[in-house]
Amino acid sequence: MTGTIAVVGASLAGLSAARALRERGHAGRIVVIGDEVHAPYDRPPLSKEFLAGTATIDDLALVSPDDEALDLEWRLGSRAVGLERQSRSVRLADGGEVRADGVVLATGARARRLPGSDGLPGVHVLRTLDDAVALRADLAVSGRLVVIGAGFIGAEVASTARQLGLDVTVVETQPVPLAGPLGGELGAVCAELHADHGTRLLTGTGVAGLVGTDRVEAVELTDGTRLPAEVVVVGIGALPNTEWLAGSGVALGNGVLTDEGCATNVPGVVAVGDCAAAWSVPAGRNVRVEHWTHALEQPATAAATLLGGAPPVRCPVPYFWSDQYGARIQFAGSRREGDVPRLVEGDFADRSFLVVYERDGAPVAVLGMNQPRLFTRWRRQLRSAVPAA
Amino acid sequence: MITVCPTSSLPPGEAIRVPAEEPIAVFNVDGEFFAIDDTCTHQDASLADGWLEGCTIECPLHASCFDLRTGKPSGPPAKVAVRTHQVVVADGMIHVQVSAAAEGAA
Ligand SMILES: Cc1cc2nc3c(=O)[nH]c(=O)nc-3n(C[C@H](O)[C@H](O)[C@H](O)COP(=O)(O)OP(=O)(O)OC[C@H]3O[C@@H](n4cnc5c(N)ncnc54)[C@H](O)[C@@H]3O)c2cc1C
Ligand code: FES
Repeated sequence: MTGTIAVVGASLAGLSAARALRERGHAGRIVVIGDEVHAPYDRPPLSKEFLAGTATIDDLALVSPDDEALDLEWRLGSRAVGLERQSRSVRLADGGEVRADGVVLATGARARRLPGSDGLPGVHVLRTLDDAVALRADLAVSGRLVVIGAGFIGAEVASTARQLGLDVTVVETQPVPLAGPLGGELGAVCAELHADHGTRLLTGTGVAGLVGTDRVEAVELTDGTRLPAEVVVVGIGALPNTEWLAGSGVALGNGVLTDEGCATNVPGVVAVGDCAAAWSVPAGRNVRVEHWTHALEQPATAAATLLGGAPPVRCPVPYFWSDQYGARIQFAGSRREGDVPRLVEGDFADRSFLVVYERDGAPVAVLGMNQPRLFTRWRRQLRSAVPAA
Repeated sequence: MITVCPTSSLPPGEAIRVPAEEPIAVFNVDGEFFAIDDTCTHQDASLADGWLEGCTIECPLHASCFDLRTGKPSGPPAKVAVRTHQVVVADGMIHVQVSAAAEGAA
């Protein structure tokens, strides 16, 4: 393909797609459209080092000097509002249009909000750099934080806020945090980090609403309890940014639906990263993955699909990490309900252990806390054990 | 010069982390020893915990690969090379001559 390729979404998946397109020899224009005004930046530190104040905005930059050679046309601060299927042109909010021969959809996801919480000062979500800057400023002048949701982002924000000296309570609807990704037993083990570091964790409790008119004052729980709060962070998951594609003819479900090779139902249009739900052979359904490594690696497959040519050999073992209270949690593999966790190293009480999840006696996933070296070996072993799908 | 350990304590394929102000990682690649800064130039991870393959170490956190001979990363997310240090083996002991601070990182 020698024509123009439009990449919609200027973050990790979009930038990785642009790099992969050049690597595969695309010599035509690449126009990268992003609604944020910022050049691509790294999100994981937003709840960790950047929120803590130990990383700067410059540290977050994803674009390196080498990327100059990619010769990308940036359209930052420019939101795509529609895709014209026949001509493959991307309509922009400012009335402009980018006509393209190929389109990469990389619009990611946004934080889910608590209904009725919009615009109340002191209430935050955390997805963007602007979110992080605003939250950091609020944490700096507040004493009491309530985090709604004990998922990875909620737990990381709680951890960082404790480090900053705030009084922190985390509220979780589920009886056990992180049971989805880690299973009940290990979810409970990881959640013990909160108590270790003086964070209150309330589980099995819903949020009835927020109290406060000019500014948030408390979080009211379904059992009637009022938790006083000067700052509230809502960490209840993310939704794919796909609304702008309504009416475009691109098939949507929980994200942009694609085949294994990232192709949508519209020729010349591929989707990658957090916005995409690719067909997974092992799972037998479309799966939307919201992990950094996936957004970094998957675009190489999309570039092969768009330009033609052999798809890259991809590592079929999903991976993510989380840093909480100084503990590094790493997970690789695909865990299902019913897989049996087995402790192979360390001790839960020491917050240093490695657990292997087994299905029919064979390892399918691995979880490490503060065991990077052993974890790396197991992750490798899983890669060689799992046949490339 | 930092004394690391006897050569016999670092078999081929293994790595050791040497605590220092800037910790150093020493690797044994089929009998040849290499030393680099242990902390990844991307974020906070110890490269001695990574995956060694030939003359390349893969970071255990986000998988950037560094060439042990030059310190250069092969691809994202790391953008900056790690410092490399000279290894001297004498009387069965591994020693590292630490490079000057900013040098080697370019
Ligand atoms: C606080 C935080 C911490 C995280 N920590 C970890 C971690 O520890 N480990 C891990 O594995 N993962 C982590 N993640 C997840 C990881 O950051 C994501 O998986 C990754 O950012 C996905 O990249 P993406 O490019 O697909 O989407 P995004 O990063 O969401 O980028 C999509 C971009 O597209 C833009 N966009 C959306 N709609 C439009 C439109 N219509 N027109 C133009 N542009 C548009 C968005 O504004 C955004 O800039 C974390 C995420 C967050 C928010
Ligand atoms: S910390 Fe090494 S690649 Fe990110």
